[in-house]
Amino acid sequence: MESSKKHLKEPLIHITRRTDIPRVKAWCIRLVAIIASLVVCGLVIVLISKYNPIEVYEKMIDGNFGTKRKVLNLLKGTSALLCISLAVTPAFKMKFWNLGAEGQVLIGGLASAACMHYTRLQFGNSISSWQLILLMFATSVVCGMIWGVIPAIFKAVWKTNESLFTLMMNYVAIQLVGFFIAKWVPTGSGVMGVINLDTKCGWLPDVFGEKYMFNVIVVAVLTIVMFIYLRFSKHGYEISVVGESENTARYVGINVKKVIIRTMLISGAICGLAGFLIVSGADHTVTKNLAGGMGFTAIMVSWLAKFEPFMMVFTSAFIIFLQNGSSAIAMKLGLNKSVSDILTGIIIFFIIGCEFFINYKINIRAKQKEAK
Amino acid sequence: MFDKVFPFINSTICTAIPLLFGAIGEIITEKSGNLNLGIPGIMYMGGISGIIGGYIYEHYSSSPSTFLCVTIALLASLIGSLILAFIYSFLTITLRVNQNVTGLALTTFGIGIGNFFGGSLLKFFNEPGKSISIIKTGDGFKASLPFASKLGVFGDTFLSFGFLTYLAIIVAILASLFLNRTRKGLNLRAVGENPATADAAGISVVKYKYFATLTGGAIAGLGGLYFVMEYLGGAWTNDGFGDRGWLAIAIVIFAIWRPALAIFSSFIFGGLYMLSIYIPGLSSSDKELINMLPYVVTILVLIITSIRKKRENQPPASLGLSYFREER
Repeated sequence: MESSKKHLKEPLIHITRRTDIPRVKAWCIRLVAIIASLVVCGLVIVLISKYNPIEVYEKMIDGNFGTKRKVLNLLKGTSALLCISLAVTPAFKMKFWNLGAEGQVLIGGLASAACMHYTRLQFGNSISSWQLILLMFATSVVCGMIWGVIPAIFKAVWKTNESLFTLMMNYVAIQLVGFFIAKWVPTGSGVMGVINLDTKCGWLPDVFGEKYMFNVIVVAVLTIVMFIYLRFSKHGYEISVVGESENTARYVGINVKKVIIRTMLISGAICGLAGFLIVSGADHTVTKNLAGGMGFTAIMVSWLAKFEPFMMVFTSAFIIFLQNGSSAIAMKLGLNKSVSDILTGIIIFFIIGCEFFINYKINIRAKQKEAK
Repeated sequence: MFDKVFPFINSTICTAIPLLFGAIGEIITEKSGNLNLGIPGIMYMGGISGIIGGYIYEHYSSSPSTFLCVTIALLASLIGSLILAFIYSFLTITLRVNQNVTGLALTTFGIGIGNFFGGSLLKFFNEPGKSISIIKTGDGFKASLPFASKLGVFGDTFLSFGFLTYLAIIVAILASLFLNRTRKGLNLRAVGENPATADAAGISVVKYKYFATLTGGAIAGLGGLYFVMEYLGGAWTNDGFGDRGWLAIAIVIFAIWRPALAIFSSFIFGGLYMLSIYIPGLSSSDKELINMLPYVVTILVLIITSIRKKRENQPPASLGLSYFREER
């Protein structure tokens, strides 16, 4: 008798799921996680650079806001990352794991570059820059759409695993870019130079006399549109229902297949747009590294912001801020700039780790209450 | 003709072995229901940890012994990949956060560590030069059977490898036996298929998941170690490992989650990876297309298995989902 009683002792820690947590409290937990991650990141930099922690963050701020050029770089990086994050968000909200943003952006960029390259060969200078820009925009969006919708169709019809499918599509896209660059560059150097350097045909114009501003404006508008789409449209509602439970969605008469395919069309299209913006508004060329891992970082950005477009502005700016800042420090010390990847990793570990404390409650066993 | 065939086979084996290690690691991990997309990062980590271990030993020892070089590099590599695998396990198993995001973050993190230390290690030790190379350790890993070179072409092609090559194949066979022929292996697969049922049957889901993810990570890390030690001969080039980590994940699909098939698949993928170099008269654009083949083939396998819906060819049913006992 005695022993069986002992056996039934409550465990020390008991975890239960939280059904509702006040939003303020949830964001407080996240804030704590961000601060903790910044402390750890600071420590890492202190260890490798032997600066003191305050100096580290001073240098980071200097690396982002020190000169006008640095500020522009911050804006350029943030707008690109934010655009891709907005692209992957509707799909993720639906629990469709699109790990292929990298490839969809690349294909979009490739399409833009192809338009520039072939119109130059075909028409020379007889096409106006605006005509070319519209053409590039349309082809990029369509190509991104196609690249995104292929896995979606297979997912919708045959339940093919979408995360592995989209992942593989990235590498097909990378090789495709390599293929076209090899075709276009007769020297075989494998590097596509800046296209239309002389005519600036197909380059997005400067706004307010600054480069990259066009991108910033487009992405800002897109953020608002995406917010409205997800929050107030019927489509946005259907996306959340499918994401919460496919069975519920089917029960209330939502055509799940249609929603999956439609959402990935949108997601792919915005990725294509991102590729267009990068090629037309910033790089004016295409490389295998055009997306530069942003397709993956965007997933984390979107996740960190809890799929809320306006929060993504901050999370994407935050990640780019860290990357640029730590690269600046590494450059000054003659170290490898990959330190920014290490920091990004640490921050994400902390912030996704804290989700546990938002979703679950830890009940520690109350002090021994003797049997009544 | 034949003077190209044997070097081709040789380099195919060299390319296939890291992929095999990675694929076996990922298969064991996935069999517990954890989709570890951090494997590419873990492989970088395995490589750079081995390099750091070997470098520090060679740096401080006046007369480094080959045996110790190899042992230290091996241990360092295992520790490095275990740390990353532990981060992943802790976050996804204990804290139950999303596996995809964790895995991708782990890959960013691991590749970052690899490139950062690979690019900065000499600077930390105030040594001149840009790239690390630890020849002694590399030689230790490359040491082949003494009679291999006496067997002519056959020996050169098939027996000229270091011990890790044969270890990879042994590990693959052991993994296959473990998953199909032992009680523990069957329990592990049960955890990956339906953790709630496994839990009800008295199998500790958490323990099995930790065990599988850590073991898988350690095995995958050896792939990175193999690459830097045997393939590059104890050197590091930034991003040198390239996309091989993702190719390892592709092999898992291609081999429909079976370690024995993974041996065969990694040789096919290794061959495809190297093919473009050995076919004479290819234009550079054709090479890019040939390098696309492994991924296209993987996509086809993924599609075909999902359309045919043969139950034994499906991914583990709970792949990618965290398990919480009180969830209904």
